[in-house]
Amino acid sequence: MKILVPIKRVPDSDTRIRVKSDGSGIVTDGVKFSVNPFDAIAVEQALRLKESGAATEVVLVSLGNEECVESLRVGLAMGADRAVLVRVDTALDSLGVAKLLAGLYRREQPGFVLMGKQAIDDDSNQAGQMLAGLLGIGQATFVSKLDLIEGGTRARCGRETDAGIEIVEVQLPAVITTDLRLNEPRYVSLPGIMKAKKKPVEELPAAELASDITPRTQILSFEAPAGRKAGVKVRSVDELIDRLKNEAKVL
Amino acid sequence: MATLLVIAEHERGQLKLATEAAIAFARQVIAVEGGTFHILVAGEEIGRVVERLQGHGATSILTAENPALKDPLAERLAPVIAQAARSLQAGLIVAASTTFSKDILPRAAALLDAGMASDVIAVVPDPSGTRFKRVLHAGNVIALLRLEGSIRCVTVRSGAFATPERNAAPSAVAPLAMDYQSLPGSSTFVSREERPSGRPDATEARIVVSGGRALKDSGDFERLVGGLADTLGAAVGSSRALVDSGITPNSLQIGQTGKVVAPELYIAVGISGAIQHMAGMKDTKIIVAINKDPDAPIFEVADYGLVADVYQAVPEMIGKLSKR
Repeated sequence: MKILVPIKRVPDSDTRIRVKSDGSGIVTDGVKFSVNPFDAIAVEQALRLKESGAATEVVLVSLGNEECVESLRVGLAMGADRAVLVRVDTALDSLGVAKLLAGLYRREQPGFVLMGKQAIDDDSNQAGQMLAGLLGIGQATFVSKLDLIEGGTRARCGRETDAGIEIVEVQLPAVITTDLRLNEPRYVSLPGIMKAKKKPVEELPAAELASDITPRTQILSFEAPAGRKAGVKVRSVDELIDRLKNEAKVL
Repeated sequence: MATLLVIAEHERGQLKLATEAAIAFARQVIAVEGGTFHILVAGEEIGRVVERLQGHGATSILTAENPALKDPLAERLAPVIAQAARSLQAGLIVAASTTFSKDILPRAAALLDAGMASDVIAVVPDPSGTRFKRVLHAGNVIALLRLEGSIRCVTVRSGAFATPERNAAPSAVAPLAMDYQSLPGSSTFVSREERPSGRPDATEARIVVSGGRALKDSGDFERLVGGLADTLGAAVGSSRALVDSGITPNSLQIGQTGKVVAPELYIAVGISGAIQHMAGMKDTKIIVAINKDPDAPIFEVADYGLVADVYQAVPEMIGKLSKR
């Protein structure tokens, strides 16, 4: 069984994001980019399924320009078998991403798609669900526990919801999106990096996979949120309670 | 003139209050664009939820009541939402930013070939079409955007839209024409972990007491964070560190990838204040931080900071607040 894992190149989670002074975007000079952490979790889980014999091939895909190859190489160095770069040089929204992934899904015919629940740059949390909807297949989102059952024809998933863990079973193929606690991704090893250099990265033009990927979501400008100012330091529990009651009036 | 469709969320026969933020959003859009809004309630045994939605001024409350919708499965609810939107010729679908809507609405958007904006915090009128603001990059960036197309989908942050008054004339209740037999059956709901206590949900509470790395085990978390929360009738929350170390369940996590809360009072107990955590609580009205590290970043956003060991300060607070 083949597992398709989409990965996105995003600013590293430890970088401080700043908005450009003219509001046209975020400052990317000097910003370190990484594989979206949720996608790294998806790669790790796919590799574990391969190592356990449940899957036979892990195929990565990234949508964007040649800079995304760097992220694909990270996934290949972790142990994925091959990668596809879908060449896109214009802005994409989640629906456009889902349409391109649907096109690739039809070409690759994977056993299922395993992907991050959200990208930590735009925080939309949409693409996986949209992909499942476009393909008319099942979905399990925000998954922190994943077991293939019934000979790999179904997945039993623990989903992280606002109310707590929910268990669902979904027929494969399906789209499964990962939450933080599914696993801890492995570090990339030096031999892994050497091997990754020889693994194939196929480049595909977006037009081969989807006809209309014009974003419906048009971002007009960016701004920084109004910052909170540090308030006062209180000296004691008594002063804290007094201020909460009499000054802030929240108790 | 816009026709809006609000998706009601409910759990065990009760309306989730976050739905009211979606209603407030719909009213704001109508104030700008003109038009009407409808509410869709889908599920099994939804009578009480429908009743609770009366008075908001919806033109109609559309019901999709069927055993096939007993469990909140996206593959069944998304076609129901799409069908409701088509039947009303709705131009904008809105739901609260919760795991329920985040699971279902993007799928419905795909079925309708619609663009979607998540976590909308403001409606901005503009002659060329209403604009929205949403947060991204862990709350460090706000984007102003426009959704193109004849149908648009959004989820809204509940803290950003005030609870609307409920004094309008009753809405007509009408069943949605839907072929429930045609809904897919590739997913099955197995079980849901019950919420461990009778405490309110952090997204709905007026006060949230939240614990971080300073708490050493689940007993201490319960005694200090749980104890203070119970004294105040508050909800409990947790930083990611405690969830990752198994001290608290995932449903308590507040932050970029957990819950986003905006209560009147947020008491951060032994939380250092990572960017990702602050993304989940910095729209709170009053933030209190108790931490023994005076340089903890949480103090940069706290209205009241107490530099103290939580193991001493919190029991003292519980003692003094219980005597009120």
